[in-house]
Amino acid sequence: MKKVAIIGYAQHPILSNAGALNEVELIMPVVHHLFDELGIDQKNIDFTCSGSCDYLQGAAFAFVEGLSAIQTNPPIKESHVEMDAAWAMYESMLKIQMGDADTALIYGFGKSSPGNLDSIMSLQMDPYYISPLWPDRVSLAALQARVLLDKKIVTKEQMLSAVIEARVNSKNNKNALINDLIDESTYLEEEIISSPLNAFDCPPISDGSSAMIIASEEKAYEYTDKPILIEGIDHRIESSNLGSRDLSSSKSLQASMDHLQLNNFEFDVAELHTQFSFELPFLRSLLGLVDVPTNLSGGPLVGNVMMCAGLDAIGKTYESLKQNDLHRGLAHASSGPCLQHNMLVHLEKEQ
Amino acid sequence: MSTEEKPKDYSESPINLEYFYTAGSATTRFLNQVKEGKLVGQACPKCKAVYVPPRGSCPRCGVATNIEVPLTDKGCIESFTVVHIPIPGNPIVPPYVCAMIRLDGSNISFLHLIQGVDIQEIRIGMRIQAVWKPKEEWTHSLENIKWFAPIDEPDIDVATLRFKES
Amino acid sequence: MFATQYVGSFGERTMIQAGVIGVGQTKYDAKRRDVSMAGLVREAIDNAMLAANVEWDAIDAVVLGKAPDMFEGVIMPELYLADAIGAVGKPVLRVHTAGSVGGSTGVIAATHVCSGQFKTVLTVTFEKQSESNATWALSPRYPYSPHINAGAGGYFAPFIREYIRRYDAPEHIGWKVAAKDRQNALKNPLAHLHIPGIDEKMVSDTPMLWEPLRYLESCPSSDGACAMVITSQDQVGDRDVAWIKGMAVRSEGTLSAGRDEVNPQAGIDCAKDIYNQAGITNPYKEIDCAEIYVPFSWYEPMWLENLGFCELGEGWKVTDRDATAIDGEMPFNMSGGVLSSNPIGASGMIRFGEAALQVMGQAQDHQVENAKVAMGHAYGGAAQFFAMWIVSSSLD
Repeated sequence: MKKVAIIGYAQHPILSNAGALNEVELIMPVVHHLFDELGIDQKNIDFTCSGSCDYLQGAAFAFVEGLSAIQTNPPIKESHVEMDAAWAMYESMLKIQMGDADTALIYGFGKSSPGNLDSIMSLQMDPYYISPLWPDRVSLAALQARVLLDKKIVTKEQMLSAVIEARVNSKNNKNALINDLIDESTYLEEEIISSPLNAFDCPPISDGSSAMIIASEEKAYEYTDKPILIEGIDHRIESSNLGSRDLSSSKSLQASMDHLQLNNFEFDVAELHTQFSFELPFLRSLLGLVDVPTNLSGGPLVGNVMMCAGLDAIGKTYESLKQNDLHRGLAHASSGPCLQHNMLVHLEKEQ
Repeated sequence: MSTEEKPKDYSESPINLEYFYTAGSATTRFLNQVKEGKLVGQACPKCKAVYVPPRGSCPRCGVATNIEVPLTDKGCIESFTVVHIPIPGNPIVPPYVCAMIRLDGSNISFLHLIQGVDIQEIRIGMRIQAVWKPKEEWTHSLENIKWFAPIDEPDIDVATLRFKES
Repeated sequence: MFATQYVGSFGERTMIQAGVIGVGQTKYDAKRRDVSMAGLVREAIDNAMLAANVEWDAIDAVVLGKAPDMFEGVIMPELYLADAIGAVGKPVLRVHTAGSVGGSTGVIAATHVCSGQFKTVLTVTFEKQSESNATWALSPRYPYSPHINAGAGGYFAPFIREYIRRYDAPEHIGWKVAAKDRQNALKNPLAHLHIPGIDEKMVSDTPMLWEPLRYLESCPSSDGACAMVITSQDQVGDRDVAWIKGMAVRSEGTLSAGRDEVNPQAGIDCAKDIYNQAGITNPYKEIDCAEIYVPFSWYEPMWLENLGFCELGEGWKVTDRDATAIDGEMPFNMSGGVLSSNPIGASGMIRFGEAALQVMGQAQDHQVENAKVAMGHAYGGAAQFFAMWIVSSSLD
């Protein structure tokens, strides 16, 4: 497999409400930051790909707005996925592996504050039987949490730990939205939204944007002596029918682990796209990360920009490897209710 | 229920979503001026192209358009069409003319209405000026301009409108 | 740098050669009330896999494409459709590049194979726009903006008018294209619009919508899906195959100063890129037939020029002398084109798929004799997104 490296990542400070800033004004600073850092501009980018969601923005074709942030004169090779930007990165990686590009710019953006995220995400379900019931994303996650608690795969203590740790770790990420610490009694006193989840178990409503630049291994050496390479990457989707899935395990993640030969593999660090508290201990146990520092950035519980959080997990893993004397990192991105669609990214820093 | 009735092959499931819309900082600056009856474009610091209405970025250069450029409300018709179908929710009666309006000093056009002239007379390159609503009715919208109407000035050769970077 | 220029043939630039071994489509119609969305995509997929003679275990990944989700009211439908498209346990991507999406999805599906990571990929695009309200979805009403948008035709009509003015084109050209594409559709049982006896007079007698476009010069709103199976060279075996000789995408900013909406630079660049890849120097002579995205009649002469089939100002003359008829020198839209069937998310892939059918000799009653090299073209948005490909019956 032709190797591809991440050579840059930037994240806009996560906001609870971006106010008058529109998508273009959120994207431009992160893209420019990356260009300045690497000393390049759009002419050095062979392929551009973005991830966003029209329904999140509130209008058909709304994703086109994002492209105004990019220099498109002369016309560029560009595409877009209506998915988390982690998948835009995946598409860009394939372009490089094909030989059709040496560098790619990826960006994601999302403002959850303008709309009602619960209602919007209900439209991800079967439109004939399920969506008309308007099952919100918190209740759907709660279904899975209940299954995991009943089977003792996850405990309430672990959920509490996930919440507390996330806030402790958020000090490591200057862009995090939430950084105030909480204690056990505050957590336990919090009203349940959809049992067993309370507000702390859920990610905050977030606005923001993120960008990443990837390059072929050869090209990466023009920018760094120690490129951080994508050693392995795999993603799979499960059935949309919740009733036909075993919510206490993840067939898609297990299949990716097998395919990437990551069973019993030792990572130094990991960032998981775990939006709800219980997902963290669940995935750590599935992915063999119980002893691995995970979500040192705080993860989605302290800042969860829709359509970016998956890319952010990959970006934060990259940053951990780049800034520390660490060798191997694992990133996870997810889409759909109850972790329906998952991606694993195995990153390694050249020694 | 009569046995003749066909079973329904669909069910209606209405979706009603509300969004709090923000125009963006650049458009907000523009709309604040429009509320005062002024048209102020924004120019790109790199290629100097002037955009109205501004969207905050110059697609040629991928940078923020941060230079305010006051413009008049005069311009020309870059292109137009005569529309024969009604707009939902708009009382305007077809046929009416929608045109791409190029304000003097701007490097892009925007869509608006042409009235106050016989449809047959309308030409590409025709000089026009905004006809505003009464001041009391002004809001943060280009709807403050009812339409554009012809003025007595010679036509423009639209080929000269093409932007050239200086 | 790859960004605006490319050196070398497609074969030199890709890891793996790829080809289309099966194309499947649904019957296109105003309302496919007989199927759910899952049923609609599955109809196209089943047809594609039967044509390709592959089983589910051969499919390594699925690439889904469609236009805005407001056309059906389902967000990120790859999630709901995972089972119907056979993606469970496999990778799936969902592409969205507005109207060009059918084409760009084909490009991305081929990229999966060309990257060397996947041997056989299923790709499907669809729109079931009868489920929602297409006119509403096509006219997003933004606050603070005057609401004078009167549909997609209202946006494009001014540029058509400018084209007519620039080159003194006579008014019957649009009617000719509209009649020709619908006459072709009569040979395509899957097409949405079947209008027996259609001719220029019938078109010119229909009501004016946005001058100069009359009712029958505009595309319909259709439900439908199109699927393809794309595989790597070593998997083709003795099947019919449409080899991909060149493919590209280009985008430009809608409201960019200096933009020529009549002859968009992104279209020019995209076409030059694929001709370069396929070793084509004279598209008019070397391409046997083309499926070109023409949703409003006048876009045929405009795209003839934009894509380099003729000089600027000559496009309407090429159309006028019937060169683009199915038995002409440069047949365009043998399937009936977008003017005859327009499920927005699928229309681009229908162009790509129909081009493949031509060089595989599988286009039945609308087959161009001896078609060996064909072009598929898609555009979207405010004519700012382009996706194109060249397919051929031979690899070299």
